[in-house]
Amino acid sequence: MFWLNFKRIIRSGFVNFWRSGIVSLSAILVMVVTLFIISSVIFGGALLDHTLEELKDRVDVNVNISTNVIEDDVLALKTQIENLPEVAQVEYVSSEEALERYKERHADDQKILAALDELEENPLGAVLNIKAKDTSQYESIQLFLEQNYPEGQTDSIIENVNYARKEAAINSLNLIINTGEKFGTLLTAIFVILSVIITLNTIRLAMYISRDEIKVMNLVGANHSYISGPFIVTGCIYGIVSAIFVLILLYPITFYIGPQIAPIFFDLNLFSYYVSNFGQLFLILFVAGIVIGAISSLLAVNRYLKKRK
Amino acid sequence: MIYFEKVSKIYFDNTKALDEVTLKIEPNEFVSIVGHSGAGKTTLIKMLLAEETPTEGNVYFGSLDVHSLNKKKINKLRRKIGTIFQDFRLLPHKNVYENIAFAMEAAGKTDEEIAADVPHVLELVDLPKKAWNFPHELSGGEQQRVAIARAIVNQPDVIVADEPTGNLDPLNAYDVVQILKKINDLGTTVIMTTHNKGIIDEIGKRVITMEDGKIIRDDASGRYAI
Repeated sequence: MFWLNFKRIIRSGFVNFWRSGIVSLSAILVMVVTLFIISSVIFGGALLDHTLEELKDRVDVNVNISTNVIEDDVLALKTQIENLPEVAQVEYVSSEEALERYKERHADDQKILAALDELEENPLGAVLNIKAKDTSQYESIQLFLEQNYPEGQTDSIIENVNYARKEAAINSLNLIINTGEKFGTLLTAIFVILSVIITLNTIRLAMYISRDEIKVMNLVGANHSYISGPFIVTGCIYGIVSAIFVLILLYPITFYIGPQIAPIFFDLNLFSYYVSNFGQLFLILFVAGIVIGAISSLLAVNRYLKKRK
Repeated sequence: MIYFEKVSKIYFDNTKALDEVTLKIEPNEFVSIVGHSGAGKTTLIKMLLAEETPTEGNVYFGSLDVHSLNKKKINKLRRKIGTIFQDFRLLPHKNVYENIAFAMEAAGKTDEEIAADVPHVLELVDLPKKAWNFPHELSGGEQQRVAIARAIVNQPDVIVADEPTGNLDPLNAYDVVQILKKINDLGTTVIMTTHNKGIIDEIGKRVITMEDGKIIRDDASGRYAI
């Protein structure tokens, strides 16, 4: 009996979907908007994450080593810094390489190049570029360096650390990251809740049309699950059809927008993201569509069933 | 078989729809309930179907106290009562065959039983060629005959018809009453509310007259007398 009823409920759900043409179409249109908002939130999140990661990656602290320090001492310091738990990576730039990079940066400035040529010795010391695991950890790295290698003293191997100059930028980046993450989550929640409410009300309106039908089903002695089952199946179909429609729609949209906004967001191409994350997007939109459709239908049909015994 | 014991229904605005109604209906009876609008006819029927609960009194269907039953048992009870309404109340997105089959599905009948019984009842109401039509493609009389087919397909103990001829022309109304009489002759109890004097006089069976929620006449072989 269970399988017979299950089969009938599924069949009836499909038949209802097909025969209630205009109602089904309007429910699908609203659900497409909802799922589109959810996918926009996913894309927005990916852009935000990528941008923040890139920004984090571009932040570092440069430790300028005094010119008279030998390479072995610098490498020992490098190892010591690398062992700090906050440090992700330390790059060693020898004094020769530092000079080369300096010349490259000022290749168009003949005066500087001429002045360098006149000097007999390399005026630049080696440099250690430190990347922290998290931008909030630069301060403790700076503290370690200050305590163990005070700047400016005659016996100190560190000439200076440029943390102070970068401090403001690092702090504001930290603020942007934290605010971005908090605000992003809040905005996502608001958008998703709003769109779910709109879908719920649209499906509730669709069910309102069927309220007499529900009443008649009750009077012929159908039990509640047999009455609500087909409506829930129809709600799931709304979700599946809408998810397919949104996935198809996203292809040309990301194809067009992706390359245009990639330069703004550190080369993250939305089209490439869509293609490489298709499976995940497919799963999220399908599950969201089915869950929203089924729950909306269940709540709507229960409203009419609860009124009756 | 059906027994209303001092049943009263008072709505929240103090309207008294039923006032201590006591009524007994035996198996195989054909009972017509007549009265002006607001006399309490439909409320009485809703009490039997457990659509309304009485403020006082009890309604019995056989040995069952209708209003003490849980949802599941009410569903079972409703499968023993076939209902017919003035406005037909067919399922608009199902065709004639599916409308009748739905009542059988609700009663847990198999596909084979449905395939055997639905054409049979369609012949009984003279609509064998309309099985695949949708309700909006049928005339009022045809829709009411589909409603009758749906009501009788599970071979219920009782048929309750609330103003079944109210939306029909005299010819269709006559046809519907003839079908109800035939069903009664086959052994099913029929309870019908109506305003139609001609029909009551033609049936010539028990007539209960209601006024202001009370039964004012109960004639075993009565005529329309308001």
